[in-house]
Amino acid sequence: MDAFWIILTGTLAGASCALIGSFLVLRKMSMLGDAISHAVLPGIVIAFLLTGSRSSIPMLLGAAGFGLLTAFLVETLHRKGRLQQDASIGVTFTWLFAIGVILISRYAGMVDLDQDCVLYGEIAYITFDMVSIAGVQVPSAVLTLAGIFLLNIIFVLVGYKELKITAFDPSLAVSLGISATFWHYALMGMVSLTTVGAFWSVGAILVVAMLIAPSVTAWLLTDRLHQMLIYGVLLSLVSAVGGYYLASFLDGSIAGAMAVVSGILFAFALFFSPTHGILSRRIRMRRMMGRAERGEEDLSSVQNI
Amino acid sequence: MKFNESLSGEKKEEVEQRTALSGVPPLEVHDLTVSYHRRPVLWDIDFATPEGKLIAIVGPNGAGKSTLIKGIMGLVPLASGYVKIYGEDLERARSRVGYVPQRNSVDWDFPTSVLDVVMMGRYGRIGLFRRPRDSDRDVAMEALRQVGIVDLAKRQISQLSGGQQQRVFIARALAQDADLYLMDEPFVGVDAATEGAIIELLREMRRRGKTVIVVHHDLGTVREYFDWVLLLNLRLVAFGPLDEVFTDTLLQQTYGGRLNLLTKVAELMKEQERGRDLQ
Repeated sequence: MDAFWIILTGTLAGASCALIGSFLVLRKMSMLGDAISHAVLPGIVIAFLLTGSRSSIPMLLGAAGFGLLTAFLVETLHRKGRLQQDASIGVTFTWLFAIGVILISRYAGMVDLDQDCVLYGEIAYITFDMVSIAGVQVPSAVLTLAGIFLLNIIFVLVGYKELKITAFDPSLAVSLGISATFWHYALMGMVSLTTVGAFWSVGAILVVAMLIAPSVTAWLLTDRLHQMLIYGVLLSLVSAVGGYYLASFLDGSIAGAMAVVSGILFAFALFFSPTHGILSRRIRMRRMMGRAERGEEDLSSVQNI
Repeated sequence: MKFNESLSGEKKEEVEQRTALSGVPPLEVHDLTVSYHRRPVLWDIDFATPEGKLIAIVGPNGAGKSTLIKGIMGLVPLASGYVKIYGEDLERARSRVGYVPQRNSVDWDFPTSVLDVVMMGRYGRIGLFRRPRDSDRDVAMEALRQVGIVDLAKRQISQLSGGQQQRVFIARALAQDADLYLMDEPFVGVDAATEGAIIELLREMRRRGKTVIVVHHDLGTVREYFDWVLLLNLRLVAFGPLDEVFTDTLLQQTYGGRLNLLTKVAELMKEQERGRDLQ
């Protein structure tokens, strides 16, 4: 039964991350997702200290607050402080994450939270914390993550059109009266919530792999946004299952193995994707050059292949 | 006398009906100043456009041509001044103005199809949280037909040539069904066939009473394509009908320093050559 719950946890965390991470990738904001996933730490710890419990609602709120603060600080340092985008990300999230680390180490004796759990997650131990739902014992992490996954699905369905246009062409969106700023912060809020959920299972470092890797792999496999989202979710499932069995075979870290599997899937897609893979592109290019030499093909569109 | 008067009155009415002119300037820009990091990049721009004209914004690189359009569309903050679209604030007149950004301002590897991009022109009308309807799809397909790439509707956008990309952007603006259009460099990097198709389309839009303002870089085609010209170099140098504004004197003023510098360089090079010849 443990295996089932662990795989389900990994899948729900990964699928939530893939849905929201796809939009980060399309906006070329992968590193902002990285930053937020770390910078929510003080929010979690403060919620923890204030309520003294590991109940998820205050933690989600604390994390969302610090996630939005991160997005705001990065933007402000970049715009007003004239700092480069990557530099302002680097300054902001390390600073906030460090505050979180100090808080944990200072109050480590009082709370059930330690650095290891924050950095590497505790997916192997999720079954230690069970709650009863209609007579069935369910890990509380699974419940939280299922809620987050549902929230992500609703968010993407409701705001699909707006998320799409603000990612593709923000200036057109603004000219049509669709606020790029609002959707930016809405997305960052969702990234914050999602990363907290994934935090418990895989930790602050590997959550980035869940946000980015399935999304870019899915992008390599399709030309349509809705397919990219669905593929991202499916790839997360494959990573969770594959990762669990790889970890038990190697007797190693489950979270680490899940991230490794999604990296391997990415490498496969990079080479063998029928549409964007390096191999298929090379084959197509060669065919086209052949046709062009025989004078059958107009080469004006070759640059786009 | 009376007879003549009434006749000309009637004629005027007829013209107004045909082109749906409203008598209000499509675009008024009042004392508009834009600055980046406290350095002004547009200074005290003030003009009002006539209706149903093709208008070129012309000026050297860095003159603020794109910034002017972005300022009008509310895409960059204004340090001062205000803009009226058909006599109203932008917020109230959004559906009447269509914006065509520079082609290279978006990532053409985005996972979407040509038809999807054109549909985006409808998003402002569809409204928040609603899905596009069949009628929106019909409008988008009609726009694609007008720019002559209806056969590419299902194509992934990364597979388009530069000219096709520009046609997609124009189709998207057409799908917006606006009355005033602002286009940022629509002729850059497109093939001759596309340039011809676009200018034909702009003329057709003018016939239907639309006003089109185009940031244009090619001085050679201004006379052929446009009715009115706005000469810009941080300040507004001149704005008016082609024949009055597109003159050597005013162009010299607009491109001033740069043209002078080039002439000087040319003279120096000639002198050097002469020196070498003497040796």
